[in-house]
Amino acid sequence: MLIAVLLGFLFALFLVFVGKFFKGKLAVISALVPLALFIYFASFIPQISKGEVISQTHNWVPSFGVNLGFTLDGLSLLFSLMITGIGFLVFAYTASYLKGHKYLDRFYAYLSVFMGAMLGLVLSDNIISMFVFWELTSISSFFLIGFNNTSEASRKSALTALGITGFGGFSLLAGALLLGNMSGTYNIAEMLTMREALVDHQYYVLAVIFIFGAAFTKSAQFPFHFWLPGAMKAPTPVSTYLHSATMVKAGIYLLMRFTPVLGDTPTWNTTLTIIGAITMLYSAIHTLFRTDLKGVLAYSTISALGILVFLIGLGGQAAFLAAAVFIIVHALYKATLFLVTGIIDHQAGTRDVTQLAGLKKMMMPVFIAGFLAAISSAGIPPSIGFLGKELTYEASIHSTGIIILIAVAIVLTKILLLYAGFVAGIKPFTGKLPEKFSEVKMPGPLMWVPPILLAVLGILFGVFPALIESSLVKPVVTALGVDASDIHLALWHGFNTVLVLSLITIGVGILLYFILKPSVKLENKIGKLEPISPEAILKRISYYFTVLSRFWTNVFQNGYLRNYVTTVILFLVILVGYIFFGNSRLVIDHNQLSEITAYEMVVSVILVLGVFYTVFTKSRLAAVAAMGVVGLAICLLFVFYSAPDLAMTQFSIDTLTVILFVLVLYRLPKYLTLSDYKMRIRDGILSLAFGGLICVLALQVLAEPQNSEIGDFYAKNAYIEAHGRNVVNVILVDFRGTDTLIEISVLAIAAIGVFGLLKLRLKSSDRAN
Amino acid sequence: MKTLILKTASNYLLPVLLVFSIFILLRGHYLPGGGFVGGLIAAIAFVLHAFANGLENTKHLLRIHPGFLMPVGLALSFVSGLAPVIGLDDPFMTGLWLPQDVPVIGSVGTALFFDIGVYLVVVGVTLTIIFTISESA
Repeated sequence: MLIAVLLGFLFALFLVFVGKFFKGKLAVISALVPLALFIYFASFIPQISKGEVISQTHNWVPSFGVNLGFTLDGLSLLFSLMITGIGFLVFAYTASYLKGHKYLDRFYAYLSVFMGAMLGLVLSDNIISMFVFWELTSISSFFLIGFNNTSEASRKSALTALGITGFGGFSLLAGALLLGNMSGTYNIAEMLTMREALVDHQYYVLAVIFIFGAAFTKSAQFPFHFWLPGAMKAPTPVSTYLHSATMVKAGIYLLMRFTPVLGDTPTWNTTLTIIGAITMLYSAIHTLFRTDLKGVLAYSTISALGILVFLIGLGGQAAFLAAAVFIIVHALYKATLFLVTGIIDHQAGTRDVTQLAGLKKMMMPVFIAGFLAAISSAGIPPSIGFLGKELTYEASIHSTGIIILIAVAIVLTKILLLYAGFVAGIKPFTGKLPEKFSEVKMPGPLMWVPPILLAVLGILFGVFPALIESSLVKPVVTALGVDASDIHLALWHGFNTVLVLSLITIGVGILLYFILKPSVKLENKIGKLEPISPEAILKRISYYFTVLSRFWTNVFQNGYLRNYVTTVILFLVILVGYIFFGNSRLVIDHNQLSEITAYEMVVSVILVLGVFYTVFTKSRLAAVAAMGVVGLAICLLFVFYSAPDLAMTQFSIDTLTVILFVLVLYRLPKYLTLSDYKMRIRDGILSLAFGGLICVLALQVLAEPQNSEIGDFYAKNAYIEAHGRNVVNVILVDFRGTDTLIEISVLAIAAIGVFGLLKLRLKSSDRAN
Repeated sequence: MKTLILKTASNYLLPVLLVFSIFILLRGHYLPGGGFVGGLIAAIAFVLHAFANGLENTKHLLRIHPGFLMPVGLALSFVSGLAPVIGLDDPFMTGLWLPQDVPVIGSVGTALFFDIGVYLVVVGVTLTIIFTISESA
């Protein structure tokens, strides 16, 4: 499974080098990657449906208990199949949708990185690696939303989405660390065995809040929902794939994954029910006021996510069953509707639902896809949507609590969703064809086959629910920790309350569709409420945050190196001095100090002279040379105290530093006296205090009883475990190699920083000329 | 600083210093040395060449922008750490070694490739910084 997860990343890497061959007719070949993965995951269906759980573990950072483990159970299988299956169709669709686009290869690279990250997310059995993949989905989503990077609106939406989901990522990390602390493991399967202890833990509520923070931001729950409509600036394949079928369901996945661990408590259930109910109703109402097809779909997606959160909150077999079926239902019809919208946008050049009409004449197959999806979204038999709706009603009615309120809320939401589905799937195709659309052409098969496939599946699963019953649905319910053996899916449930509610929904919904026409007027009306919407409030908060951080930055980052150094040293002197003099008395053990030899004396004198010369000289170049002398004197001291590695490095560094200084100083103006006496005295006192502190500190360290355990360990094991006799180097490249890896990364970043700063400055001055 | 002596000397010093830097890199495992110092010495060799022959000539000699060495080195170090994870399912950064020593080089293992990566990054970083500053100064 490691290879399956990495395949997306490898393909993206591969595209970096051979991307230009994939821009033309070969683009469609890239769809083979998700197809292969789909077949791979589908081959696990027989095993999973028997109730098996497949896991594989690769060691990663065993000392922290972090492993790269992948587990395939019912829940991850359903998501993996959605990710790769819809991924396959979207990859193929994109080949036609973005045909001839300059950066098509980049687009595929982002998409496949996303696919790999998403697979890693749903397969991880370790919450830390899950977090890493979680962040990767946010980052790839950022690039995909901002794909049209010449448009300011796109860039802004991408930033908003990254900001909101990034915040959720932090929350997930905090939750992961807290859970790891509470349970002593990062492995989700192991957490499962200690549910009681976790639920009764004093930090239980805090952990739940963190997990909710992650799930609600990713799955666009109220009040974090607004990034999703903004994300519709992305090309339609992205909206289909990330923002309706897969990524936004990551939050749902997280909630489902943690239901058996943290769920079934009042805190968990009540919060999820309330937030889910608010979200589903709030955004379902919003769909009435949208004229952009993608806007309608975005809000109906948020509403569907709300329904899922709501169902998870209800808990119990009926609700989990409904959630599992509804995930399939929604993925099938919503992806279809998005793809259909993409076709309309691509061929007719607009997504304005008030203008679109009568397109049925030119694109009959697209209409069929849209119609079938609308039926499924409305929950009209024999689609699978009907099944999903029945199960949802069933779960809501049988739950305890304020039954009437919940039933009303869910029925109302479903009515509005029916309206949204009809507006997106049927309205553009019916009615009289306006003059300006008479030239619209039928798209190529690469574009219309994927939506038809998905839509037909939606009907097929409805007619033969046995197809998904034991293969997909039951394992999901089992994975949620509920017995699933007595589940039986069927279209006809008998004549009961649920059926009556269904009929009411369908009747009222269709009526609503014929009475209410989307119009700009309605959209403007809701626009007036914008200032009190969560989006506006959060934007205001972020505005003030920017003001604060600008003020903060201006105080501390004032652009003068001397001020930075003063601040850093002053802070260090106060902090270290406080700790040091507060806690211990200075004891100098004269017996510990060795005799001073003649050559040490000589070097020390040279060193001191060099320092004085550096401070008092009137020439910059001389100061630099004197600093070089100081550096070399220190090198010599290193040699005396048998640290040849340090001496060698120090020697090279000093040489380069002098060269660098000379390069910079060469162009500076003549020596100027910029500081007055007061400043010099202040700086002098500060330097003396700092030097004195370090000196005392060094003496104090010597006086402490020596603990040579660490040194002995390295000395003993350097050759045995790492085949090296030079302990310093073995520590650098082996024992603490990860540190070195990070250090060289920092070096590279610094070099890029220098390069960027200097080259950028040159460019802007070029422009000024 | 266009002196004939330095110019002539630097032509011979460059290869000698580069070989020396590789020597330092390779001996690091047993004796003082290693990728970091080796990289610094290699960088100094090129800087010396640039002082004597002018920056353009050194750049021409290098053919590629030194900045390219950074990702290459980082990738090499990272892959040498990742190799045990993919190959043997050991933790990240586990040292793997060839059973037999290779003549001249000594024992060859992932740590050596890691060190070569460090060497490349250090050369890349140092030269990028110095070249950029001297170009724009």
